[in-house]
Amino acid sequence: MSESALQPFHEQYTALTNAGSLPGSALPWLSNLRERGMTRFDELGFPTPRVEKWKYTNLRALERQVFHPATTMTASLGLDRVPTLIGEQAGHRAVFVNGRFRAEMSSLGRLPKGAKVMSFAQALEAEPNLLAEEIDQIAEGQDEQPFYHLNCAFMQDGLVLHVEEGAKIEEPIEVVYLAAADDESLAYHPRHLIVAGKNSEATLVEHHVGIGEANTLANHVTEIRVEPGAKLHHYKLNAETDAAFHVSTLHARVQENAFYDSFTLTTGGQLSRNEPHVKLEGSFADARLNGAYLQRGKQHCDNTTLIEHAVPDTHCREIFKGALEGKGRAVFAGKLHVYPDAQRTDGNQLSRCLLLSNQAEIDTKPELEIYADDVVCSHGCTAGELEKDPLFYLRSRGIPFPVARRMMVESFLAEVVQEITTEDLRQAFLDRVTDWLSRSEQ
Amino acid sequence: MAMLEIKDLRAEIEGTEILKGLNLSMDPGEVHAIMGPNGSGKSTLAHVLTGRDGYEVTGGDALFQGQSILEMEPEERAAVGLFLAFQYPVEIPGVTMTTFLKEAVNSIRKARGEDELDAMKFTKQLRERCKLLNIPEDMMRRSVNTGFSGGEKKRAEVLQMAALEPKLAVLDETDSGLDIDALKTVADGVNRLRSPERSMLVITHYQRLLNYIVPDHVHVMVKGQIVKSGGKDLAHELEAEGYAQFGEEKAA
Repeated sequence: MSESALQPFHEQYTALTNAGSLPGSALPWLSNLRERGMTRFDELGFPTPRVEKWKYTNLRALERQVFHPATTMTASLGLDRVPTLIGEQAGHRAVFVNGRFRAEMSSLGRLPKGAKVMSFAQALEAEPNLLAEEIDQIAEGQDEQPFYHLNCAFMQDGLVLHVEEGAKIEEPIEVVYLAAADDESLAYHPRHLIVAGKNSEATLVEHHVGIGEANTLANHVTEIRVEPGAKLHHYKLNAETDAAFHVSTLHARVQENAFYDSFTLTTGGQLSRNEPHVKLEGSFADARLNGAYLQRGKQHCDNTTLIEHAVPDTHCREIFKGALEGKGRAVFAGKLHVYPDAQRTDGNQLSRCLLLSNQAEIDTKPELEIYADDVVCSHGCTAGELEKDPLFYLRSRGIPFPVARRMMVESFLAEVVQEITTEDLRQAFLDRVTDWLSRSEQ
Repeated sequence: MAMLEIKDLRAEIEGTEILKGLNLSMDPGEVHAIMGPNGSGKSTLAHVLTGRDGYEVTGGDALFQGQSILEMEPEERAAVGLFLAFQYPVEIPGVTMTTFLKEAVNSIRKARGEDELDAMKFTKQLRERCKLLNIPEDMMRRSVNTGFSGGEKKRAEVLQMAALEPKLAVLDETDSGLDIDALKTVADGVNRLRSPERSMLVITHYQRLLNYIVPDHVHVMVKGQIVKSGGKDLAHELEAEGYAQFGEEKAA
């Protein structure tokens, strides 16, 4: 770790706090959290490969950059329309540009009663107590997460979603996170809170995209609570530019009989790190922690996950699949932690990767820590080339090699994309996979 | 012009010579059978003709309508009109028969400079072929060969032949793993696709299949060469006497 990499963040933090312009700067709990964040980030610094959880992801390229704090003024957008996964007419849409909520680009007017979508900055004004009770309270084990603390120090805006008890939100809520930097490198640290009240159900789609040539660092922290009997479907597409650094730290608590269903597709980014911690803390809590990644060139995608089975009778399934071209690299480190009295835990983990070039690399590290004796846990991982026989079979029917290859990778990844429960969204994600693959056929 | 002309073809796998100077000539519309004991090189011939990896051609040539095909990619061979019905059709989970066939038909049309079929035209055509071969349409919604029975796999191969309309079809041990009813069904499908413009090369160990797909010519292949050729009666002769007369063990 180099001290000089931390220096700009320091100066920026001092400037921002002295100016007193940060949202909620009058709230002592928030100022304390920011202060503690900066102090702890200072102590930890950017992790090096000597830190076990960052063994395969080197941050030198990120440390070399000097990022300027994104302000509301930094984004002059040449956008005709907001990019959308689910279609302009469908669903509800909240748009963030460089981490700041943009009401004029959002369409939340049709949100049904029972769903409250606010920006973090708005919520600090309107419902400071809600945030005081939840922010940094859902997270656990964050002490060793430098990016979490960096986020605490700089958080200004983000998404606050509250689904009230018993509310069923039929249409998906799409949140578009646009990274836009043309002239100078920009960093922003969005802070999100998602609470799915008792017996509620909602679908949240995160859609990360980028425009512009300059580097961006999006350092997201999300805290999620899925209350008893609730169902939260949480799908994410990261399609930022090749100049983007994307770090996403997520802490979710899943309570009794609740279902947290997540899927993350990473196609973009220069370096992406998804680090979800999911704690199953009520009996019959159930989670899906699924994902897919497609990387090429010098892209790097790291999925480091932790699932904690804290009480008896919890269930989790985790599938990550990906394909790598060129010098694309991926990391999958999946830890499954079963507490001593968490009997009858059912946990399955699978990691499969297709290496489409000799220079692509996947590092996989499954980790099972099981302290209960009556459990069913399994894990498997494979990495390899495309199978020759099906490839020849397709080609022998006249299908040219690049198309045959695309069909095979598509079907390989479709298996995990199928896990998305909403059909329209499943198709939207499959289309993204197809798009990515057709780009390599030229 | 001959549909297929194989001249002194030699090929090896990992340094072992399997085809040792093979000669064969087929005219349009003809059905030829190649019979031979295990290990005689029958399947190697099928693979070399369709361009599978792992075989090295060390001599001779194979001309398809006068054009050498040995340097062509497998998809190019399909585009000029060559088709292999696999002995062991490959399962491709996650790709439906419809998607697969549409991609195949249109790839070949594109390679030939023809317009691609739109979804409606393609579906109509596929439906007709299914009907012709008595194949239930719901099979088209299943993943390619995945979970198919032995009979279903072979019928799916025949359907692919019907959809791609090749000029030359090579049937590699199409009878293997089939009971007599399935064999009849598959043979019936093949017979419906016989035409004066289409040649077929039927590779088999047993004479049984040739009761249903009656060939114009029969060749006996032993140790990588054609050692005897004749009419359809040659198959019966072999059934009765086995391959021992050619220095091989009796056919099982």
